[in-house]
Amino acid sequence: MIPATFDYLRVDSPEAAVAALVEHGDEAKILAGGHSLLPLMRLRLAYPEVLIDVSRVDAMRGVSDEGDTLLIGACTTHHDVAHDPLVRAHCGILSQATATVGDPQVRHRGTIGGALAHADAAGDLPTIVLALDGQLVAQGPNGSRNIAAADFFVDYLQTVLEPDEVLTAVRVPKLATDGGRRSGWGYHYEKFNRVAQAWAIVASCALVRRDNDTIGEARVALTNMGTTPVRATATESALAGAAAAAVADAAALAADGTDPPADLNAKPDYRRHLAQVLTRRALERALGT
Amino acid sequence: MSKIDPEVVADELAEHDQVATPDTSRQVGAARLRKEDAQLVTGQATWTDNLVFPGMLHMAVLRSPMAHARIASIDVSAALQVSGVMAAFSGADLAAELGSLPCAWPVTEDMVSPQHPPLATEEVRYVGDGVAVVVARDRYSAADALEAIAVEYEPLPAVVDMETALTDNELVHADKGTNTCFVWPFSNGDVDAAFSGAEVVVERRFIQQRLLPTAIEPRAVVVAPIAAADEYTVYSSTQIPHILKLMLALTTGLPEHKLRVIAPDVGGGFGSKLNVYAEEVIALIVAKRLGRPIKWTESRSEGYQATIHGRDQIQDITVAADRDGRLRGLKVDLKADMGAYLQLVTPGIPLLGAFMYPAIYKMDAYDFRCTGVFTTKTPTDAYRGAGRPEATFAIERIMDELAVELGMEPLELRRRNWITAAEFPYDTIAGLTYDSGNYEAATDKALELFGYDELRAEQTRRRESGDRAQLGIGISTFTEMCGLAPSRVLGSLSYAAGGWEAATVRVLPTGKIEVVTGTSPHGQGHVTAWSQIAADALGVAFEDVEVLHGDTQVAPMGMDTYGSRSLVVGGVAVQMAAGKVIDKAKRVAAHLLEAAEGDIEFLDGAFSVRGSPEASKTLGEVALAVFAAHDLPDDMEPDLTGSTVFDPENFSFPHGTHLCAVEVDTETGMVDIRSYVCVDDVGKVVNPMIVEGQVHGGLAQGIAQALYEEAIYDSEGNLVTGTLVDYLVPGAPDIPAFVTDRTETPATSNALGVKGVGEAGTIASTPAVVNAVVDALRHLGVSDVRMPCSPERVWRAIHAGDGQAAPAAVPSADHETLRQSDSAGGGQ
Amino acid sequence: MPRIQVKVDGIAYDDEVESRLLLVHYLRERLGLTGTNVGCDTSNCGACTVMMDGHSVKSCTVLAAQVDGSDITTIQGLAREWAAAQRTPEGGPSDEWAAAQRTPGGGPSDEWAAAQPTPGDGSSDDGDWHPLQRAFHTEHGLQCGYCTPGMIMASVDLLAENPNPSDEEIRHGLEGNLCRCTGYQNIVRAVRKAAETMAGDGTGSQQEVAR
Repeated sequence: MIPATFDYLRVDSPEAAVAALVEHGDEAKILAGGHSLLPLMRLRLAYPEVLIDVSRVDAMRGVSDEGDTLLIGACTTHHDVAHDPLVRAHCGILSQATATVGDPQVRHRGTIGGALAHADAAGDLPTIVLALDGQLVAQGPNGSRNIAAADFFVDYLQTVLEPDEVLTAVRVPKLATDGGRRSGWGYHYEKFNRVAQAWAIVASCALVRRDNDTIGEARVALTNMGTTPVRATATESALAGAAAAAVADAAALAADGTDPPADLNAKPDYRRHLAQVLTRRALERALGT
Repeated sequence: MSKIDPEVVADELAEHDQVATPDTSRQVGAARLRKEDAQLVTGQATWTDNLVFPGMLHMAVLRSPMAHARIASIDVSAALQVSGVMAAFSGADLAAELGSLPCAWPVTEDMVSPQHPPLATEEVRYVGDGVAVVVARDRYSAADALEAIAVEYEPLPAVVDMETALTDNELVHADKGTNTCFVWPFSNGDVDAAFSGAEVVVERRFIQQRLLPTAIEPRAVVVAPIAAADEYTVYSSTQIPHILKLMLALTTGLPEHKLRVIAPDVGGGFGSKLNVYAEEVIALIVAKRLGRPIKWTESRSEGYQATIHGRDQIQDITVAADRDGRLRGLKVDLKADMGAYLQLVTPGIPLLGAFMYPAIYKMDAYDFRCTGVFTTKTPTDAYRGAGRPEATFAIERIMDELAVELGMEPLELRRRNWITAAEFPYDTIAGLTYDSGNYEAATDKALELFGYDELRAEQTRRRESGDRAQLGIGISTFTEMCGLAPSRVLGSLSYAAGGWEAATVRVLPTGKIEVVTGTSPHGQGHVTAWSQIAADALGVAFEDVEVLHGDTQVAPMGMDTYGSRSLVVGGVAVQMAAGKVIDKAKRVAAHLLEAAEGDIEFLDGAFSVRGSPEASKTLGEVALAVFAAHDLPDDMEPDLTGSTVFDPENFSFPHGTHLCAVEVDTETGMVDIRSYVCVDDVGKVVNPMIVEGQVHGGLAQGIAQALYEEAIYDSEGNLVTGTLVDYLVPGAPDIPAFVTDRTETPATSNALGVKGVGEAGTIASTPAVVNAVVDALRHLGVSDVRMPCSPERVWRAIHAGDGQAAPAAVPSADHETLRQSDSAGGGQ
Repeated sequence: MPRIQVKVDGIAYDDEVESRLLLVHYLRERLGLTGTNVGCDTSNCGACTVMMDGHSVKSCTVLAAQVDGSDITTIQGLAREWAAAQRTPEGGPSDEWAAAQRTPGGGPSDEWAAAQPTPGDGSSDDGDWHPLQRAFHTEHGLQCGYCTPGMIMASVDLLAENPNPSDEEIRHGLEGNLCRCTGYQNIVRAVRKAAETMAGDGTGSQQEVAR
């Protein structure tokens, strides 16, 4: 209920955050919305000695249009991401999925950067960013670097972020949806949870680019099917250049290569089954069928 | 995730748009808005954790992380070095004063009753068992200090599964030599003949999973001592201030008359606060030792270990019937998990259900046997329904199974066997006398509201077309025994206390009314309802009645609130006490009006002489005259007060018919409640708004047991569903809209004609939902789904679907799943 | 020790706080505002919900140190704010009130602050209750009342974002708040009723308040 003691620093720039991380090393953690970190600290499952609060760093908040991509500040709250006009217009899947994170109060504080850096494979946003082939922008003492989503998530609650790096932004591609049924992207995030507040048992994110009567490209990423979010590559391959009717068979491959966890809500075989069913449903919704 | 039918809901709501206006002449029966609300909606309530006293210190409890271990050593000295800490005590430091926590129900003469120290001294027996306390200036320092206490544990085997426990291979209480707490049998009628002569016998095993009551207010206690006078005021988030006062005196040896117990505002109980807890005793003793006010408040995850759990039974049920459906006999073999110790009512809970397995049905013979079993888990005790939901579940489930066996419509099977309206009062095979009821009327109304025939037709269509979403209809026709309880019956069952309730009605010199009740409300609206009763009885305004409760100094006599007893016993006591006031006031009025008592009429709050309406005295005028005592009858004491202690002559037996329609997504196993209709009969109704609210809340908890909640222990005795992240208490999107209605068949065992309602929704709804789930999948070869009917369980049932009639013995912990989850690194 | 300057229920505070002090404990124990409750330790139950800078938040998952410069409304300040917002000359009540909540940086405008009644003027009577408080009362949307402050504050945010929600939207909007007593049905009715009142559709008739 009560966290162990720690020192609290508020910084107003990414550089100051990095400097504080360098100074305090392993004992320091970045604090944004606190809705991944504080619950762990209250149960004394985590006890950093220093918290560096970046939630008011203006440079890390907001959404900007980069032409082909959107750059989203790491400290942008889930609420703001879900409601942002640029995100809604150009990366609807992110808006849709972010609206399912937690509950309204959580979405008013939790941030996209916090969720991604926390890297819970049962969380929704790592899956979305992986499906989008997004980039994570990290700043360290040697400057900034862009990390591909496919390289970012290493293990359960572990990313490639160095102890002296802070995630400053997320870059996602714009998905043109304006071609209607003949071209452009369709998308859907199919989330399966037992009660509204619960984490997804499994979820499937489907992005499908139509190319006249066939599927030009499909991206499918899965939540809670491993220690990190995973891409259903067999499904994706089966759909490249295929007709819409191929969805069912392709979805049947969704769990290939996955090693889903067992927990209170599901054993691995059920998770594999859900991955197939949810992927099929997500693809159907994405295609508008 | 539940679908809401807007039309159905709109109709239901239209009925409730009328709200009683202040000048309604008759209060009882009106949907008066609650007096309780003003402070609750403005954040001005007084929860126990709000209380602050000068010099108050915060207590925290160190709890065993092991399910079973010997305490090899314990050293609290380092805790004293933590900044802000004033004291630290191990179990041994306080053992002499702490005593043993009481169990008020020795259900059999040879019941095994282990010592239950509030803080363990030698051995811990469940994860959460307290071993030490720290006392600090603030709760943050207290939390830190716990980590400084050094305890060495020598592990002992955990005993988690009931059937394994019964082998006595590993003992929870080595000094007792057995894990069997008691065996309690009951039999009536020629059971052998009923079964040997029956044409059909159906046997099933059902599992009542363990539940965590989760009142939203965590438990808290504040003890404020007056050290020099050796007096103690105990504020506790409790349902039972009176019983607690007595038990604290008996447990600690502190003089009963020096104790005052106050239940301030209490944020829900559902039975989990019907208890005498270690922390209450410890806080009292520590307050005595230190001479300072002491506060303890549980955190939620702490409370999940330290507050009693509900249910946890293995039910083996056998029913014998003729081919035409007529029930011959019922056999029940129950194993009930006590947990590691006996809390206040632990062994009696399954027995409260013993009398309800025959339910609303007639039969020739009934045999019941319950074995209480110790395990190294948190103790179980009362949770909404306390024994009766378990019984209702078993009988309503097996009725559906029997119907399938007979090829009979499940509702028809029930009709053929239930007690008809003309047969009341009815002596059941379990030895109860049901005073009144009308199962036909409630059922007919429910069927109409539900659209039963249309839903059956839709079910058929979906089956024929092999729809992904299958429709199921679940029925639950129930009665329950509440209004606890006739004291003689409690005595015959060896329960230590009685079941009466006390009320005092006092008319103040200005004509205002004070009602002192022994009930202890925690959300049920007694202040409003008793005001309605008193206002009608005394002919005064609803607003002129003040109801006092929950403080043993203000309301010295009471048996508190649980078991849907308060209206039936306490509300009736208020009515009776008011009647005594009127009787006395009549005498005074006659005297003042110089008339014969027999000529005095009482109407609308005034006493007048028959035939001379202008000669009258209001109740207030009488009260003032009594206060002044200038001119009273010679033998009369100047006191316009009526007191009653009412001992009911029977339980009360509300009943109802609940119908549930579910859609099951056969691909994923997800269950969605499409429609829930219930018609309940709680006798005469004092406040229909409060009644409906109680039904709603009960339904939500019963549905939660059917679909969402389960307290799971792993093979090492760890509570793996230890927080609200994993223990799935449903939120608003997870609960459907209900259609509720009533019939009204007055009780004949009390003057108000009322029956209890607090637990009815929970008792009825769980089998309604599970019957619906099984009904949806019956054609796929499914004959049972174990609760909670999670998507995974439903999916596996569909794929197991081999029509197996009686599932094999199921252990109470799903070890395989949990071994895997141990390696999954904490999962979600 | 972090220092915070924060406005809570219209009153400005300047305090030093321990880094780890949770906002809910700051409110309850430091400021004596016990109207906001603690119901769990995993950010699930929502009993601790307050409005912070115009949004509902779970005050158990916010550090007091993080609220420097913020404007917080608890259940205890809700009626006062609503009453003050009704008195402001221009704009409809809900527009004005909503605008006052969402001032960037969290502080209310000077005019709005001046329009507040003096603190400590006692509890509002029903005429000044927020429509949600009144609706929870008239629709029996509470029994024990422990979840109620958080439920009402979450509903305040819900209606600010979506002034005319369907029943399903109400249920989803309250997914962050648990109630064990009511089964949610009357809570949904209460929110719908308040929505009607606040939109000006309802008569806002003087429902009785039982005392």
